[in-house]
Amino acid sequence: MQKDFSIKDWVKIKDGKISNSKNEIFNSSEKNLDVFLKSVYDFLELKYPKFHKMDGLSKLGILGTEILFRENSFSTDTALIFSNNSSSLETDRQFQESTKTFASPALFVYTLPNIILGEISIKFKLQSENAFFIAESFNAELLKNYSESLLTSGKTSEVLCGWLNLENGEYDVFLCLISSEINIPFSEESLKNLYFAEND
Amino acid sequence: MINLQTELKESIIEQLNLEDMEPADIGNDEPLFGDGLGLDSIDALELIVLLEKDYGIKLTDPAQSREIFVSINKMAEFIEANRTK
Repeated sequence: MQKDFSIKDWVKIKDGKISNSKNEIFNSSEKNLDVFLKSVYDFLELKYPKFHKMDGLSKLGILGTEILFRENSFSTDTALIFSNNSSSLETDRQFQESTKTFASPALFVYTLPNIILGEISIKFKLQSENAFFIAESFNAELLKNYSESLLTSGKTSEVLCGWLNLENGEYDVFLCLISSEINIPFSEESLKNLYFAEND
Repeated sequence: MINLQTELKESIIEQLNLEDMEPADIGNDEPLFGDGLGLDSIDALELIVLLEKDYGIKLTDPAQSREIFVSINKMAEFIEANRTK
């Protein structure tokens, strides 16, 4: 019998606003990405010095995951299925710029988008499946099919999936925690409705 | 030498993004790696870049860094003896 899965909770980070399935958590008019990310870090009272060494994409992923995992119990086998459009281009450009003088090792280590999956796994001690897909635009079908495949095959009991994009200082984060707990039905339609709400 | 140590601490804090840390928080003989400041392997590479960029010292033998990056005092001694700028 086909098992049904639900969107247990979700988080969005875009244009200075952070919200989850319950309410708006944080709102800032700060335009500078680094300042914005630091203000969210302070707001959440995070104590994780490694955060300050990360690139913008990883910081966004850590903050989004922190918000979801604080509010919801999660398993160490929670799989991570992320996607975006601009890969790690923001950091790739910064690294390329640094090579004109002294190439920065600290930037180089973030010149792959899936590094964020490692950062999340380290912080939350996850030992799980993960994948980072590059897509033209938000692809609900891909996220739904891949996540469901992992859940139904028994490789994982929960999936954190979604969209994590950063380019030219503009960020667009939408992460969902998928489990068998009853809540919003996990479907392409639900994913699209949640992602595109206020995103058009 | 005192000035160089303070300068080094300021550079390390900035270069390695040691947020919420002040030069006074780093002891001159405190280990930079392991139990001390807790720097990692990527930080070690950044310190090699810092030596070249700020003091014109190019480390040709990476193993050398283990002896140099022991503490602020050790780094300062090495810089004083080898700096080209």
